[in-house]
Amino acid sequence: MVSATGLTRHFGEFVAVDKVSFEVAPGEIFGFLGSNGAGKTTVIRMLCGLLKPTAGSGTVAGYDIATRAAEIKNRIGYMSQKFSLYADLTVDENLRFWAGTYQVWGKQFLGRRRWAIEMTGLGSRRNTLVADLPGGFRQRLALSCALLHQPPVVFLDEPTGGVDPEARRRFWDLIDDLSAEGVTVFVTTHYMDEAERCHRVALMHAGKLLALDTIPELKKIFASGSVLDIECRDAALALEHLDDLPGVIDAALFGNHLHAVVTAPEIAQAIHHHLETEGFAPVNSRPVPPSLEDVFIRSIREAEEGRKQ
Amino acid sequence: MIRRVLATTVKELLQLKRDWRTALALLGMPVVLLMIYGYALSFDVTDIRLGVVDQSRTQASRRVVEAFLKSGYFVQKAVLDDSRPLDDLFVAETIQAALVIPADFAAKTSARGPTSILFVLDGSDSQTANTVLGYARQIVVSQTGSLYDVEVQAAYQADPLVWYNPDLKSSIFLVPGLLAFILMVSSVIATALAVVREKERGTMESLRATPIRAIELLLGKTLPYLLVASVSAAGSLFLAWALFDVPIRGSLLWLAVVTLLFLAGGLGWGIFISTLAETQQLAFQLGLLSSMLPTLLLSGFIFPISSMPKALQLVSHIVPARYYIAALRSIVLKGVGPEIWGVQAVALIIYASIVLLLATIRMVRSL
Repeated sequence: MVSATGLTRHFGEFVAVDKVSFEVAPGEIFGFLGSNGAGKTTVIRMLCGLLKPTAGSGTVAGYDIATRAAEIKNRIGYMSQKFSLYADLTVDENLRFWAGTYQVWGKQFLGRRRWAIEMTGLGSRRNTLVADLPGGFRQRLALSCALLHQPPVVFLDEPTGGVDPEARRRFWDLIDDLSAEGVTVFVTTHYMDEAERCHRVALMHAGKLLALDTIPELKKIFASGSVLDIECRDAALALEHLDDLPGVIDAALFGNHLHAVVTAPEIAQAIHHHLETEGFAPVNSRPVPPSLEDVFIRSIREAEEGRKQ
Repeated sequence: MIRRVLATTVKELLQLKRDWRTALALLGMPVVLLMIYGYALSFDVTDIRLGVVDQSRTQASRRVVEAFLKSGYFVQKAVLDDSRPLDDLFVAETIQAALVIPADFAAKTSARGPTSILFVLDGSDSQTANTVLGYARQIVVSQTGSLYDVEVQAAYQADPLVWYNPDLKSSIFLVPGLLAFILMVSSVIATALAVVREKERGTMESLRATPIRAIELLLGKTLPYLLVASVSAAGSLFLAWALFDVPIRGSLLWLAVVTLLFLAGGLGWGIFISTLAETQQLAFQLGLLSSMLPTLLLSGFIFPISSMPKALQLVSHIVPARYYIAALRSIVLKGVGPEIWGVQAVALIIYASIVLLLATIRMVRSL
């Protein structure tokens, strides 16, 4: 449904997206994970025909992104990072305008409006100004506006920014429903918990695609070891003492804890002893299942080490 | 195509309705400006403070003084026996003009010989002085016949006959220019914010991802303001007629056609600016500057184009108000048909076409 081959975009000297390739199947929830500036939005903008690739190619719904932008725009829904509704229009007026831009009108519009109102739960607020809606409702309304013409693919660029966790959960329930109906969902996020709900996740860093797989597969890069969650005093300082210990593959700061990738859980004893003698007591540690964030940090580190060598 | 234009037009009108301050400004400002400038901008001079030195003190001399006061242009502020204190009165600005009638005035007129009266003027404001001098001449000429009780007979005489604006009221000359000025500024400002607002709020990015085409967005954003601007143009024209006695001698239909052509150009220019500017503030300033200054200075609104330096005359050709003002004066004051102002209308069509084409090209690039 969506594919990219060696997709590259330069902004002057800066390489925003560097030879990114992937393939997204119909009905898939495809997550693009990365920090701000990793190049996620640039990839989406190229796929939607808003930006011409410097090199490489891609297709959306079977159309070439470089030459068939007009056909693509008729077949995609797009929810941008910035607010994609008119705050000074009501719920109803927004629906009517966005439907108009997709030439959805008459009976078809009435049907889609009924669907949108039901999906967003805005039945009693149809004549409320969008400016007066809580964030969660706005995001759902923006999603429904992007879906009025029933596109087979929808691109969501950090759709849940600034929304509370409960609203985020509800939003992702909607994404699951869409996927069940066969809609391909291409979503970028920097929330790890959201990425866990994707069928497959692409990890992006500094314009490069570091890894792309299902969550369980991605976590397999830890097959050779396990992850220890370590709690101690001055975690940031303690980090430097961990790297040199035998049996520690990798260590990283994780909030105010440390996460260490070790060859075997038994290494924990040695770590305890070492940190306590170095003055970081009290030390507590427990083995934890690797999270997506561990995968992410590990991937970035490997990529950076690979670049140095 | 029509669906998308319509959807955008409705959306813009709804947004304008919500933003009542802007709506009020677009509808009301032309009317307010017309009233303020219409009354303030006038080359007519009335209530000229007059000092009278009547050394003749005869029936004949009193008739001359009376003629000045009855004309409605002069009010008597000082009556003196001799002309020496006049200087002080001028300096103190007690009087702006003085009429000095010599002692032998009556004697000379009854003898039917040549005589003269002295009319003294404060020339520090040459524009006003010229106007006042004109009034004074007119009064003296009209009095001459009755003074001598015979018709003045001269070898030849120029009888001034002013057509289209017989009273030479400056409002009749200025108001069409003022209308053009106000309509240009308000139409450019109206659309100057239309596109940049979407850029600033981030909705442009969403619009770009929809199949909407540049020309559809352009029309959808121009039509609602054309509607608003037409309403305020009609209101302003009505006021010009009702308040400033600007006669509308020509066809209202032609007036509407020419006005619409002019507005289309202004609105297109606003859209063009809107696609260039990155912030609403910049768009507003660019819009104001690019519409106000050329229209004020280079359109023939106040300063006649024929008396400008050659270079500026050339520049004035790209100022659309120049053509609109000329056409407006032809239609409104002279009541003539397109055979006279057709050239101006064609110029307006060319201007609007070029500007709208530029706006479309820019819109394609920003969409």
